[in-house]
Amino acid sequence: MAKKVASTGNEAVANAMRIANPDVCGAYPITPATEIMQRFTSFVSNGKAKTEMVLAESEHSAMSACIGAAAAGGRVATATASQGLALMWEMLFIASGLRLPIVMGVANRALAAPLNIHGDHSDGMGARDCGWIHLYSENAQEAFDNMLMAFRIAEHMDIRLPVMVGLDGFITSHSIETMEYLDDETAAKFVGEYKAMKPLLDIKNPVSYGPLILTDMYMEYRKAHDEVMKKVPGVVLEIAAEYEKLTGRKYGLFETYRLEDAEIAVVVMSSAAGTTKDVVDAYRDKGVKVGLLKPRLFRPCPYEQLGAALKHCKAVAVMDRADCFGGSYGPLFQDIASALYTQPTKPVMINKIYGLGGRDYMPDQAEKTIDELIQIAKDGKVKSVKEYIGVRE
Amino acid sequence: MKTWKEVNPGAVVTEPGSARKFKTGSWRANKPKWIEENCIHCLLCWVYCPDMSIKVKDGKREAFDYDFCKGCGLCALECPGKKGQKAIVMEQEDK
Repeated sequence: MAKKVASTGNEAVANAMRIANPDVCGAYPITPATEIMQRFTSFVSNGKAKTEMVLAESEHSAMSACIGAAAAGGRVATATASQGLALMWEMLFIASGLRLPIVMGVANRALAAPLNIHGDHSDGMGARDCGWIHLYSENAQEAFDNMLMAFRIAEHMDIRLPVMVGLDGFITSHSIETMEYLDDETAAKFVGEYKAMKPLLDIKNPVSYGPLILTDMYMEYRKAHDEVMKKVPGVVLEIAAEYEKLTGRKYGLFETYRLEDAEIAVVVMSSAAGTTKDVVDAYRDKGVKVGLLKPRLFRPCPYEQLGAALKHCKAVAVMDRADCFGGSYGPLFQDIASALYTQPTKPVMINKIYGLGGRDYMPDQAEKTIDELIQIAKDGKVKSVKEYIGVRE
Repeated sequence: MKTWKEVNPGAVVTEPGSARKFKTGSWRANKPKWIEENCIHCLLCWVYCPDMSIKVKDGKREAFDYDFCKGCGLCALECPGKKGQKAIVMEQEDK
């Protein structure tokens, strides 16, 4: 029986890495993910993980080391955030294009300028289309569970793609919460032994990685990548079902909270979902049929399932902890709008940009949003599709 | 040509030495010409060629392998020739 302990989100991620026991970890520290590597390197120094640490001179080099090690045939994991993830950008596409199952914890943080170290989804959203699988976590428990499952998803023989696991910078990465660790033996058995696929170090079967692929073949490789992405949701659910048997904790492609009979709904990712659930409960007690949807598998985006889960609502608010400076809506709003586009019925949608640069997301922001949804469900009138909330006007 | 269903995951090349099939000689704009009477067989061209396009047999230089020569001109630059006469000169590809 697992016992309840106090743990930060970073500690939870570091413990999942210790249990997975990667062969190589190329890393460069950055706030608020520094503690992940600090704790993990302590595990390595104390012999709790048999990992070769490669301390690189930048995140670009750290990811490059991870790519080399993964191509060589090792299990590879690392962690980063914010500017670090941004600096890795070029190499993220190479990791996914080479189909290397690297697992990376990302303590989601705002991007400069202005320089800011706090919780925000701008880094993850910037790496949205880099061909990686993205999982997002509400709290330390989910960060631990998602990290363990990430190894299984990434290394699945039908997938072989890198996975990043997001947890909110500081809010989740540094807050101490109650959570349950799975005992090491059971967790290690769940993650399993690493199986290499066409490793460089198999000298009896020599291979080359990273050839030049020109106009005659490039599209075929891109199409193949897209097709593999289509298999991901099924594998994510299969592994979640296996994990549920061990832990009793149920994971889906996304979480629905009091959504089945809801007339209005809030779509919100990561830590802010916890706050919003409390507000949803308070409104339910008052007889308001409000529900919540929290995305977990963000890439590949399960558009069909998301659309089916929300199509019955009259009004939906999508909360974005990042903005797209394209004169358009927040990134999550764009996905939810796309998900609903193919549905026969669709709710009226609004987009709230909240909590940028670690700005506190308070229950009153959720309350005002739900009040607005109640009004829209009644008269269908939208005063503004996109709005910044919690900002001084 | 392979379809997307047939390509190797991650474009991993599993056939050793298959670069030989990729004849990069078609990239050439300038072509090196070997003038055998000026050649002292010092093999500096063989040393400097980045594409293994200089054939050598029994310590003697042989003809260029134009299937892979990209026409970079390094061999012509490095060639000491004989009595001031280069053994390798660059010409326009279409000549």
